[in-house]
Amino acid sequence: MLSAGFILLLSAAYLGLLFAVARFGDARADAGKSIISANVYALSLAVYCTSWTFYGSVGRATSGGLSFLTIYIGPTLMLMFVGVIVKMIRISKAQRITSIADFIASRYGKSQLLAGLVTVIAVVGVVPYIALQLKAVAASLEVLLDHSGSSFVLPMLDSTFVIAALLAVFTILFGTRHLDATERHEGMVAAIAFESVVKLVAFLAVGLFVTYGMFGGFSDLFRQAAAAPELARLLQLDSSRAGTWTALILLSALAIIFLPRQFQIIVVENVDESHLRRAVWLFPLYLVLINIFVLPLALGGLLHFQGQDFNPDTFVLTLPLSRGAEVLALLVFIGGLSAATGMVIVETIALSTMVCNDLVMPWLLRSQWLGVGERKDLSGILLGIRRAAIVVILLLGYIYFRAAGEAYALVGIGLISFAAVAQFAPAMFGGMYWKQGTHAGAVAGLLGGFAVWLYTLLLPSFAKSGWIDNGFVEQGLWGVEALKAQALFGLSGLDEISHSLWWSLLANIGLYVLFSLNTRPDALEAGQAERFVDVFRHGVRESDARLWRGTASVEELVGLLERFLGPVRTRQQLAAFAAAHGANDWKVLPADAEFVRFAEAQLSGAIGSASARVMVASVAREENLGLEEVLDILDEATQVRAYSRRLEIKSQELEAATTGLREANERLRELDRMKDDFISTVTHELRTPLTSIRAFSEMLHEDPEIDLADRTRFLGIIVNEAERLTRLINQILDMAKLESGRAEWATEEVDIGEVARETMASLGQLFRDRGVALESEIPPLGPVVLADRDRLTQVMINLLSNAVKFVPGATGLVNVRVTANGREVRVEVEDNGPGLTAEESLVIFEKFRQGGNTMTDKPQGTGLGLPISRQIVEYFGGNLWVESRPGAGAKFIFTVPLPALEK
Amino acid sequence: MAHKILIVDDEPNIVISLEFLLKKEGFEVAVANDGEEALARVASFNPDLILLDVMMPKKSGFEVCEALRADPNRAGLQIVMLTAKGRDTEVAKGLALGADAYVTKPFSTKDLVAKVKDMLAR
Amino acid sequence: MKRANPVRQRLAALSLLGIPLLTYPLLSLPNGNWDGIPAVFLYLFGVWTMLIVLAASVAERWGK
Repeated sequence: MLSAGFILLLSAAYLGLLFAVARFGDARADAGKSIISANVYALSLAVYCTSWTFYGSVGRATSGGLSFLTIYIGPTLMLMFVGVIVKMIRISKAQRITSIADFIASRYGKSQLLAGLVTVIAVVGVVPYIALQLKAVAASLEVLLDHSGSSFVLPMLDSTFVIAALLAVFTILFGTRHLDATERHEGMVAAIAFESVVKLVAFLAVGLFVTYGMFGGFSDLFRQAAAAPELARLLQLDSSRAGTWTALILLSALAIIFLPRQFQIIVVENVDESHLRRAVWLFPLYLVLINIFVLPLALGGLLHFQGQDFNPDTFVLTLPLSRGAEVLALLVFIGGLSAATGMVIVETIALSTMVCNDLVMPWLLRSQWLGVGERKDLSGILLGIRRAAIVVILLLGYIYFRAAGEAYALVGIGLISFAAVAQFAPAMFGGMYWKQGTHAGAVAGLLGGFAVWLYTLLLPSFAKSGWIDNGFVEQGLWGVEALKAQALFGLSGLDEISHSLWWSLLANIGLYVLFSLNTRPDALEAGQAERFVDVFRHGVRESDARLWRGTASVEELVGLLERFLGPVRTRQQLAAFAAAHGANDWKVLPADAEFVRFAEAQLSGAIGSASARVMVASVAREENLGLEEVLDILDEATQVRAYSRRLEIKSQELEAATTGLREANERLRELDRMKDDFISTVTHELRTPLTSIRAFSEMLHEDPEIDLADRTRFLGIIVNEAERLTRLINQILDMAKLESGRAEWATEEVDIGEVARETMASLGQLFRDRGVALESEIPPLGPVVLADRDRLTQVMINLLSNAVKFVPGATGLVNVRVTANGREVRVEVEDNGPGLTAEESLVIFEKFRQGGNTMTDKPQGTGLGLPISRQIVEYFGGNLWVESRPGAGAKFIFTVPLPALEK
Repeated sequence: MAHKILIVDDEPNIVISLEFLLKKEGFEVAVANDGEEALARVASFNPDLILLDVMMPKKSGFEVCEALRADPNRAGLQIVMLTAKGRDTEVAKGLALGADAYVTKPFSTKDLVAKVKDMLAR
Repeated sequence: MKRANPVRQRLAALSLLGIPLLTYPLLSLPNGNWDGIPAVFLYLFGVWTMLIVLAASVAERWGK
């Protein structure tokens, strides 16, 4: 029955079934009826349990007793820190991150270097793990065939190689049928959830069989084991291995999120944050169930096969076979195959995405090879790269299996991979919680940790299989004892995994912190740090209001999108974007900072954020304004210093071959241009009231004889100017915070109608004093938007106080109207004042510009109210503008989008 | 004979303070609120010294200074530029255009009075 | 301002509770056996399952 042909057929049938489930899942997703529920999501996490769990745990238990449990306790504890995971998901959705390399690269300034580095570490680190799967499948196949006496020998070909090749083909068919890294692989997730169930059923089946079929239950099994002296010790924990216990828990806690396949499933494939509620307990429960029978199986095997040659990794097969339970053995085989295939599929797809987006594409873009920069349709190339990557990765897995796989039990190999991906922890956690973490720190930490891992784990694994000389393990590098690969600096007495973990994390964290503290992030990196660490603070809308100067054309950006996303999808996204901005056609949209960010975000989903940044930057010629500049304004001394510093930097950037005259000329022209800058205007605005204050104060101080009338007048002026100065400073700070994205937003559900009514009530007295009538048309239960209530109130106050200022006294009338269509709320503040010319309608939104003649009717305003209001409204995704004709009053209108129905 | 000083600035409060200050010192004082008015007042009031703000609507202080220096009749008129910006280039520009002195805001009233007196004594 | 999420805090507390319970030195305490089954075995699986059950009740009942 267990002939090679039959096994092959059965395997093919099972894999075909997986394929069918995946197609079904994808089809339902396309139809908008996703089958990814909380349970499916939670089960898909069980891709964590590979043939390591299936075969290797039992093997480990025969030598280490209960120590195998550490690998599953870690994930349980880590998942309960669900806040960390939610944060990762939130950040990834906001930044359209599609892999771990993307996450790290994006956080530290969208760096291509980091993207490549992380990808290399991930590939090198995970190759042993893939080799493990191949080894397991090969071994299990051999067991079955041995039993039936048949064999599976192809001339000239090693059976494991064939397995690797078949897996490569299957993975390619599974995951690269079409290119769309922007969408989720819902089919794959469904298939993984399905195979998780199959795994569990198979394992429980064999567990029950052995425990209750071959023995008399738990008690009987354990008593028999206790009776055999060499087995009894497996029943207790070895407290001398306490360090290893904790180290392994830590290691697995990190692996559950940093293994590429885990990151993919948990973060990238997450459809709904609320699914985490289920995952937090259902997945650990799965882990409990799949582990209950491991120790009994191990003991059972040891007892049953006493005195014989055996491989404990395959007890789950050899035990049923020894009793002739061939059907059960087949089920177990399928379970193990399922576990291995699931891991290989998700892991290689995740890795190939990283290799394509973060390693190959950036290099291709830069090297101009294949003319990638100019090609019209790149989807074919991208697919090709991914398929090639899958083949190469599996090939590497096979090579590692040959080179080092024989010397280790399955679990040993897996732990090597765990230790590799643990190196991502400092950069990731630092990136999410520590704004001071910088690019240099991340690079240094990753390189340091990776190097130590190589030296203490990967290379020794080759040495143990005899492929390289093991001098550096036994005697230390170059004979230096302190450099013994597995007892660095004399730290002996730890098992090799803990030893490596300790030193590599020490190097990693140490370098990360050291370099981060000694370098400063540039503007882009600092902005990303804000967006990552404060992701919960910035509300649902992630519009970016940073200072941006540059030129770009909409056509160029759209062309870029079409090349990478394809024309159809590009049109879709553009239409959605245009609709969200109140335009009917994307062609009328300005190529402003927001559009550029939108284009970059779309591209990131397809080719990774680092490459997206490069592509967009090549199209939009951008000037960078430093974050610090605007905020340093109020410190005169620093400002002057900053000015001369900026001057120095700018003149250095000029061409090398310049005469002294050209340099001075350039400088003067530059400074002249800067004259109109925000900074110099602000200086002027601030010094003006200061001048009055100082002059009058000095005069009052110098001459005590000034008569009372004048004294009172002067003091009044001082007070007024001081108030004016304070208002100005507050508004400038507000403006600077808003523009640099540093403002704090408290987003909640706000009833706009209510805000309007409250504002009208609080300003009511002002209106009555001036005799201006105030009317409104506001629905009783106003439309509700997601916004910052205080900021919205600020906007309303600004508009209403402007209106009351410019309206004639007794006949003045101001009307407030709140309406809503399906997409947005519209608030209008209309007055019957003198109105504005077309030019004035634009000018009033510029900073420090005010309506009316600045001399004759110099109002108490600062000129910043409207620009600030506009910034606020635009932050919420809306627009603010005015419709007016001279002599016909003015109507100020702003819109705020209604929250979309998706949560 | 009392010297005549013309004060030119678009900020009313600054004009008030300068006017009061200089009147107290015994000078005859006139005011203007923008560049065009400044030139008109120079013609009609014929001051000995003009306190000239740079940032003004209609005509900037630099333009006024240039115009005044181009007029040979006004060769004896002393021009003191006032501004909130204190960049070296602003000062240089002003002096290059023919201003006699440059004062940055906020200024010390004592120093300003001293400087004005000093300049008019020459 | 960060919304201090009670669900997340409770779950994190469970995790923090789990750490000392599931590592040494507490782990060296269970000794002997019950009906042949080693005490350590029962302890580990028992505590582990209990943590999961508690997490389930927190997550499912208080979920947003």
